[in-house]
Amino acid sequence: MHFARTLAATAVTVALTAGAAAHAAISDDAVKIGILTDLSGTYSDLAGPGVVVAAEMAIADVGGKVAGKPVVLLKADHQNKADIAANKAREWGDVEKVDAYVDLVTTSTALAVMEIAKQNQKVVLISGAGSSRITNEDCNPTTVHWTYDTYALAKGTGSAVVKEGGKTWFFLTADYAFGQNLQKDVAAVVEANGGKVLGAVKHPFPASDFSSFILQAQASGAQVIGLANAGSDTTNAIKAANEFGVVQGGQKLAGLLVFISDVHSLGLPVAQGLTLTTGFYWDYDDKTREWSKRFFDKTGKMPTMVQAGVYSSLMHYFKAIEATGSDDGPTVVKKMKETPVEDFFARNGKIREDGRMVHDMYLAEVKKPAESKAPWDYYKILRVIPGDEAYLPLAESKCPLVKKS
Amino acid sequence: MDLFNIPLPAILSQLVVGLINGSFYALLSLGLAIIFGLLNIINFAHGAQYMLGAFAAWFGLQYLGINYWVALLVAPLAVGAFGMLLERTMLSRLYREDHLYGLLLTFGLALIIEGLFVQGFGVSGNPYATPEALRGPVNLGFMMLPKYRLWVIVVSVVVCIACWLVIERTKLGAYLRAGTENPRLLQAFGVNVPLMITLTYGFGVALAALAGVLAAPIFQVSPKMGSDLIIVVFAVVVIGGMGSILGSIVTGLGLGVIEGATKVVWPEASNTVIFVIMAIVLLVRPAGLFGKEK
Amino acid sequence: MYQKALYTALLLLGLVAPYAIYPVFLMKVLCFALFACAFNLLLGFAGLLSFGHAAFFGLAGYVCGHVLKVWGLPTELGLIVGTLAAGALGLAVGALAIRRQGIYFAMITLALSQMVYFFFLQAPFTGGENGLQGVPRGHFLGVVDLRSDLALYYVVLAVFVAGFWLVQRTVDSPFGQVLKAIRENEPRAISLGYEVDRYKLVAFVLSASLAGLAGALKSVVLQLASLGDAHWHMSGEVVLMTLLGGMGTILGPVVGAATVVTLQNYLASSPIGSYVPAPVVLGVIFVLCVLAFRRGIVGELAALVRKNLNLG
Repeated sequence: MHFARTLAATAVTVALTAGAAAHAAISDDAVKIGILTDLSGTYSDLAGPGVVVAAEMAIADVGGKVAGKPVVLLKADHQNKADIAANKAREWGDVEKVDAYVDLVTTSTALAVMEIAKQNQKVVLISGAGSSRITNEDCNPTTVHWTYDTYALAKGTGSAVVKEGGKTWFFLTADYAFGQNLQKDVAAVVEANGGKVLGAVKHPFPASDFSSFILQAQASGAQVIGLANAGSDTTNAIKAANEFGVVQGGQKLAGLLVFISDVHSLGLPVAQGLTLTTGFYWDYDDKTREWSKRFFDKTGKMPTMVQAGVYSSLMHYFKAIEATGSDDGPTVVKKMKETPVEDFFARNGKIREDGRMVHDMYLAEVKKPAESKAPWDYYKILRVIPGDEAYLPLAESKCPLVKKS
Repeated sequence: MDLFNIPLPAILSQLVVGLINGSFYALLSLGLAIIFGLLNIINFAHGAQYMLGAFAAWFGLQYLGINYWVALLVAPLAVGAFGMLLERTMLSRLYREDHLYGLLLTFGLALIIEGLFVQGFGVSGNPYATPEALRGPVNLGFMMLPKYRLWVIVVSVVVCIACWLVIERTKLGAYLRAGTENPRLLQAFGVNVPLMITLTYGFGVALAALAGVLAAPIFQVSPKMGSDLIIVVFAVVVIGGMGSILGSIVTGLGLGVIEGATKVVWPEASNTVIFVIMAIVLLVRPAGLFGKEK
Repeated sequence: MYQKALYTALLLLGLVAPYAIYPVFLMKVLCFALFACAFNLLLGFAGLLSFGHAAFFGLAGYVCGHVLKVWGLPTELGLIVGTLAAGALGLAVGALAIRRQGIYFAMITLALSQMVYFFFLQAPFTGGENGLQGVPRGHFLGVVDLRSDLALYYVVLAVFVAGFWLVQRTVDSPFGQVLKAIRENEPRAISLGYEVDRYKLVAFVLSASLAGLAGALKSVVLQLASLGDAHWHMSGEVVLMTLLGGMGTILGPVVGAATVVTLQNYLASSPIGSYVPAPVVLGVIFVLCVLAFRRGIVGELAALVRKNLNLG
């Protein structure tokens, strides 16, 4: 009797251990990374092929193997269309047994893939998409939002500009979810700091001619013109502002989402004086320079924050797999959240329970042509914004994963 | 005097800006109308050819040291020659077929050209500096207008009027009109019609390229710059009356102004207003404002 | 006789296919195949080139998604409401467009579909650029749980077969014969006493409704409806599918859709795709189709078979 009970107990223990072991193994004997990014569209310069290079660098730097199993890289162009992204993510999950979806440049594609991840429990490492919804009302247990979000951009640029005396604002807003999200976040920051929003004009997305909107912004008499848009919309708006003498007229431009690739394409004579917030700048210190030079040697361009963020997020992901010996989504993300993030990209980084990777952000100003000593010497870092100040406080979060005490 | 609580100078300046866009619409729809008149082909590649014009100017400046003024002449010639090559090798095989095949062929060509340029140059585009002589603003009393924009209006109006005069008043124009009316009869009179068709296509394409060069300093020189514009220009041509030269010029400029006014009153609708007008025009006058009912 | 055998074989193939090929991919092919069949009804048999069919495809996707997600109605109702909405839009667009012919017709449909596109961009219920996401698949007729890919596949296959059958019946009916007569020689059809405009309009509405059915199905399969489905590039794609497969042939659009979707899928993830972008490949196919084999894959094959039969 006693013997039988022991036997049963042993059997249960064995079964449990076996279960745990199965849980802890690497599925299909490979760690599969699926990059979904914009390889050919409006955002391919700030993400695109550069993201693939960054991921290849990360894989090479772990010797092509994690926890003794090879890392396999898949990539696809989501063309900034939610349906293509969702379709590919589902197929990769079902057929290719991909373990993590990486990058996702627009909010629409990110939300679509997160919807799939809700069902199949895969890891989503978002770098390119910006909406703060990703870790706020739409947060998801296996998603980590790595590089930046609209809240941090608003907090960084918005409050800095108001403190410098830019009290009255007028927005040029791309007429879609991301633009409106950004405008809302910035307006809140401006008003909290004692500033005032005089008006906004929603422009069609994408728009090519901004002269009419710039005229309206000029007519508003606001001290600051906030550009709540991205990519070619931002560069076109800045060009038009330059032509119509906005800065000479005493108004200031605030690019709310400006990538180094945008500044490069505008050229310093046009972009100079722009205040912006970024999650990464290649020329910040020796560690950033060392990595960025390696990236430059492969691509001929300095990395944007999105590209650097992809490398950083993958290294952290690999580390968590190494530590747990598993590529099971929830297990790995749990480990990632327990481990602090500290590398060339992220300073004082940690992943919160809502999936937000909180790290130091930088407030920068675009240099004047005379100040720029070398190619790609574009930014003057004005201030380091500590992560906890930059990102939405957990107390205000609407994410159901955040336990309110 | 305020309209919708918007001060008059603001409205005036918006109308001027609208006129600038209208200049591009007019140049592009003029080219389309000329091509359509003789070849009966809707040139879907027109947007891509406009983009090629801008890129040709950019290439010239970047690699060959060709300045803006030379590019204004050379880029349209180069792109026009490319257009003639397309006409000779591809389009000319389709004249016996349904005209819709021309539309489909040029649609395919537009996909190829734009796709290759995206692959080669990325999407965000390259800047093109405004020529020295045209920098800085002009004071119009109610607004500061950049000199370059004024230049765009002047050039396009002059080019459009010149084209119209050539077509309506010269012998060459008479051949062209005759060819539109009845190409076989014209051939019987000893005119080399195939050559004329090739040259006409080349000329229409060159006009698109000219618009591209004019646009280069205003917008980023980017592979996708023509792809959405082309749809608007189609609408302009439909409203003006397909194949009508004067119709395309007047409608182009007019719609630019209307679009400008919409941007003040209801900016989100500015992309749509032209299509709304098109629907109304089609209901009232199916042949377009200046078109003849066939 | 041959036709019956061929259809039976194809149907059998359709029934076993999901065991060999990824079902979601197959469903996507079926949705586009239905879309292309609907389009072909108009282009191939009535000779009307619509360059705005994406509007119907996209509208039905949104309406169906809205009905399922926000109103929480059963899946079959979503499909029906989506189809009806596309048909209604088709009536409005068609009534305007058939006033003109040929290229004019194409331009008008294109411009009107752009209007619809901007409406989707503005309207709050579409979610703008984000699209309408998280559409529930629900239960079919209250019993079949569609969350299983396999179950959904057979429902999609059934709907496709029904749509295909409807197109085939329409083409073979007296109505279809009149359409062909209009395509070949409109003035003669008029002089024979047919009210040409009415025939064209009915064909247009039918085609728009079926395109809508395809769009609604797609939103159930992929669980989202997005702006891309309503963009004029989508209108261009369906033209390509029909042209490539062979317009005016019954099976052509199916073959064309399968080819294009497979190609896009392949280029999106293969190494070749990073050197030759998908739009360039599609463009080249377009040009080749127009210049070299205007009859399309099925058209050329049929011609080949006919030639061999004559010889033998």
